[in-house]
Amino acid sequence: MANSARSTAPRLGLWLAVGLILLLSLAPILWQLLTSLKTTADITAIPNVYFPRQLTLEHYIDIFQRQPFLRYMLNSAFVAVVSTLLCLLIGTPAAYVLARLKLPGEQIILTGVLIVTLFPYILLFLGLLELVRNFGLANNYLALIVPYTAINLPLTILVMRSFFQQLPHELEDAARVEGYSTAQMLLQILLPLTTPALVTTGILAFIAAWNEFIFALTFITRDSMKTVPVAVAQLSGTAVFEVPYGALAAATVVGTLPLVLLVLLFQRRIVQGLTAGAVKG
Amino acid sequence: MAKLELQNLSKSYSAKVTPLKQLSLSVEDGEFLTLLGPSGCGKSTTLRLIAGLEPPTQGEIRIGGRDVTQSLPGERNIAMVFQSYALYPHMSVYDNIASGLKLRRVASSEIRRQISEVSLFLGLENLMQRRPGQLSGGQRQRVALARALVRRPDVFLLDEPLSNLDALLREQVRAELKQIFSQQNAPIVYVTHDQTEAMTLSSRVAVLNDGLLQQLDSPRRIYSRPANRFVAGFIGTPQMNLLHLDCNRSCAMLGQYKIPLPVGARSLSEVILGIRPEHVRLVRPGDPIVIQGEVVVVENLGMSDLLTVRVEGKPEFVRTMLSPDQSWSGKSIKLSIPPEMIHWFDAQTGNRVSDATR
Ligand SMILES: Nc1ncnc2c1ncn2[C@@H]1O[C@H](COP(=O)(O)OP(=O)(O)OP(=O)(O)O)[C@@H](O)[C@H]1O
Ligand SMILES: [Mg+2]
Repeated sequence: MANSARSTAPRLGLWLAVGLILLLSLAPILWQLLTSLKTTADITAIPNVYFPRQLTLEHYIDIFQRQPFLRYMLNSAFVAVVSTLLCLLIGTPAAYVLARLKLPGEQIILTGVLIVTLFPYILLFLGLLELVRNFGLANNYLALIVPYTAINLPLTILVMRSFFQQLPHELEDAARVEGYSTAQMLLQILLPLTTPALVTTGILAFIAAWNEFIFALTFITRDSMKTVPVAVAQLSGTAVFEVPYGALAAATVVGTLPLVLLVLLFQRRIVQGLTAGAVKG
Repeated sequence: MAKLELQNLSKSYSAKVTPLKQLSLSVEDGEFLTLLGPSGCGKSTTLRLIAGLEPPTQGEIRIGGRDVTQSLPGERNIAMVFQSYALYPHMSVYDNIASGLKLRRVASSEIRRQISEVSLFLGLENLMQRRPGQLSGGQRQRVALARALVRRPDVFLLDEPLSNLDALLREQVRAELKQIFSQQNAPIVYVTHDQTEAMTLSSRVAVLNDGLLQQLDSPRRIYSRPANRFVAGFIGTPQMNLLHLDCNRSCAMLGQYKIPLPVGARSLSEVILGIRPEHVRLVRPGDPIVIQGEVVVVENLGMSDLLTVRVEGKPEFVRTMLSPDQSWSGKSIKLSIPPEMIHWFDAQTGNRVSDATR
């Protein structure tokens, strides 16, 4: 008995800590979720109403009816998916080459890639604006897809490179001796082994592209082309000075949902990707 | 049918790193050649050159008379077993074994037949649907072997296939390997730095050091007539006694003892006398070469004691294996060096001195 009592106390502390951390990181999300389900009267009530006295979906219906919110989500999805795919398509072969071949200027290339990630993103903005104007890319998704791809590329290259480096070289040698052509080897041996890492980096790139705000705000002005973060920020109430808290909360929840689903869907793969070093031949 | 020939094969990675220098050898069908040598001597490099994973800097590789020096690895019809086995982790055991056949568009019924034959032989029938990650080391090793065997290649290459197994399993698999490969009718090149493996498995052994071929001979002759000082010291445990001796009028001087030199060594001023510890024995009446010394170290090897004896009047040590039936430590003993067991090497070149006298 004494034994179990002694072990209960630390366990209790552990769960308390876990609970606190969960509360701390999930509270804002919970608050948004609750707000989105409250009636407008409850939202503006003083003193605060913490738990909705009456659940309502009016804000959700609102954002989809008063605005083409589905359209915004499709826009976001298109931009994020295309830039993520481009990122993986360009970054993975580059990473493979950097990991496997002994290039003369390898260190310089890697340092360059690393320095690009350190470059303050906001400083790119003015230059990009100029470029977008010169190429007439305003209100063209290329104005978003190209910068998103470029910004996510360094991370993709660095992560994929370290993944390829820990992949045993002998696997590729074995495949070549067995008669796999280079393309077959890459597609049939390497790609299946790389999927976890591809999914992990892909999700990171997707989240970054989905959430990006400043470029999307500036380069895309036509309403039907807007992405979710911009649309959420520009939600307006029925009256001029009314802040539409309920609609904002609902839009935030809807806008975050795809990311949550994505992560849950690939959760197993992500964990695999992070522990992929365990592949001992 | 598919004799493997290497001619003046060299490989350098840079001006300073030349892991393989002018290697020439040939391996006949069904012959088991072992490349043996210390770590970093260029064994794996040789295999990688034969497999085509690395282009040679110089030289030629022929398989069955065909020059394959410039061919891609896949065109050489070679099977290679890697030290880490290199099984494809995302494929089942069956698919791992089948992959090479599938690439060559063998009919799937034929693939199934061949795989069931090989897997029966190697005892893998019940593991076919598992992933490599779910197998023990010994099982993985057998899958890697099956993958090589099923392809019926022109040449087998094996790079230290047993080094990842524990000692007991290694001995067992070694015997299995011997049985498996005695039935194969293709050249087999096997890399190891374990001399027991080399001695037990091979029909011939090529001893490499620092990228240079030291000796290419049957295991027996490698042991009984090492071509030079390096081979003498590398082959055999415990290591051969190698004594650096001055010569004086066709005799080598070991302390106060005179040892007659063979004809070929009479002109040398210094020689190296090699004698294996197992050949040094206690003196019997009539022995021609006798030395006396004090036992300084006794190591128990189980079936015998390994004694290190300081030769009287000289800072030289001779090691000998004697039966452990008495306590040797600290005693002064008389040892006999049977002249027919002595290996003579030129102290300058390290080469064996021809022993035409015998
Ligand atoms: N890609 C490479 N670039 C430069 N040097 C290399 C390369 N591969 C091997 N070497 C060098 O070549 C030499 C021979 O290497 P190799 O792998 O053939 O040795 P080994 O005989 O197989 O040794 P071990 O028993 O340790 O496997 C080593 O000194 C190694 O450092
Ligand atoms: Mg090696």
